[in-house]
Amino acid sequence: MSGFLSSSIARKFAMALSALFLIIFLIIHLTVNLTSVFSEDVFNQLSHFMGTNPLIQFGLQPVLIIGVIFHFVMGFVLEIRNKGARDVKYVNFKGAANSTWMSRNMVYSGLAILAFLVIHFIDFWLPEMNYKYIEGLPADSTRYYEELQHKFVPLWRAAAYSVAFVFLALHLLHGFQSAFQSMGFNNKYSSFVKALGKWYSIIIPAGFIFVTLYHHFNH
Amino acid sequence: MNLTLKIWRQKDSKTKGQMVEYKVTDISEHMSFLEMMDVLNEQLVAKNEEPVAFDHDCREGICGMCSLHINGEAHGPDRGITTCQLHMRMFHDGETITIEPWRAKAFPVIKDLVVDRTAFERIQQAGGYISVNTSGNTQDANGIPISKHNADKAMDAAACIGCGACVASCKNSSAMLFVGAKVSQFALLPQGKVEATERVLNMVKQMDEEGFGNCTNTGACEVECPKGITLENIARMNREYLSASMKG
Repeated sequence: MSGFLSSSIARKFAMALSALFLIIFLIIHLTVNLTSVFSEDVFNQLSHFMGTNPLIQFGLQPVLIIGVIFHFVMGFVLEIRNKGARDVKYVNFKGAANSTWMSRNMVYSGLAILAFLVIHFIDFWLPEMNYKYIEGLPADSTRYYEELQHKFVPLWRAAAYSVAFVFLALHLLHGFQSAFQSMGFNNKYSSFVKALGKWYSIIIPAGFIFVTLYHHFNH
Repeated sequence: MNLTLKIWRQKDSKTKGQMVEYKVTDISEHMSFLEMMDVLNEQLVAKNEEPVAFDHDCREGICGMCSLHINGEAHGPDRGITTCQLHMRMFHDGETITIEPWRAKAFPVIKDLVVDRTAFERIQQAGGYISVNTSGNTQDANGIPISKHNADKAMDAAACIGCGACVASCKNSSAMLFVGAKVSQFALLPQGKVEATERVLNMVKQMDEEGFGNCTNTGACEVECPKGITLENIARMNREYLSASMKG
């Protein structure tokens, strides 16, 4: 496998595969989040299910964590290698004349998302691990909604999350269709994929921002 | 037109280069960019100075020899052309024009604006060919049916002149548009199917060994390519590579 992953195209493919996995994950995450706006009970039930189901906890969660880490590590490895492929820089380089800002700055939007993930893990994942495995508190299927609302009371957190979702949108605006191209998908349906990618890249982050601001203003 | 030129001057591959400023006067807007460079060099020769070295050959857009990164873009600001087809009417009187060589570790500067593009030759040698038995039993190419669609696509890919503008304009110095075109022109035809597996594996391996960067699908190469080679060719190469990897 390491031999296969040493090739440039295989690395592209692996990046795209992990990206598609994360794209699907975002849909599930947003769906759960959105329920918090409409029904406290449904949100609590879904969160409890996600947090206690063994298949999700010990099957999908490790896969997700590995997928995220792989996507970041491989992204940085490729960025460093790509930077090294041009040892003398141009005095004048008009990237904007032939490519989008999003496509040229995936590493920066990615870094912003990584910074967000660190905060997000500290905010939600670590307290959850602490609750369940360190303090070993009894399962309480009604605590999630209140915890969520409480988190978004501080303005800084609501603002930081909202800004991070804008970077997520910028990352996805290039990343969605790029993942398909990397996997060799470029045909008469590509214009549909590009359009779908644009809608996805706007709707998903907008949905996350909506939930964030909703809880900030409605606590 | 009177112009100020900022040109990369470098004595040889081992010497450090720098941008040097020159003035040229009375440039006709009907001149090609290379003719303007000729005028500059005549001035330099008349002053007993070293003329600027730059690549050129056919001067009609088919040999792929001329390069030059002009005002931040490969082959200058126009689209679908090589530098020899770039006219001075694309610039305005009094403008300052920066002229640099292709920048990529895999394309080292030999002198001034001339770079060594033999990395492309080595990629071609690794698999950009078909083996034909010339013993007299070779099947007539016209006797092998090929769909119009595939013939057109193969011809579009074969239009690549190997100039290196894709590498020059890519922020990652990736050669995937070039290799994608060279893989595609054979992959689409029955004559190329026989060696398809080893071709794509060997060409991509050579491409990686040459030190080109990895494609991140910015699409800059497609925009700057003088021959209109599309990203579809990179996607086809990716498919060919992945299926070849599975075959071993």
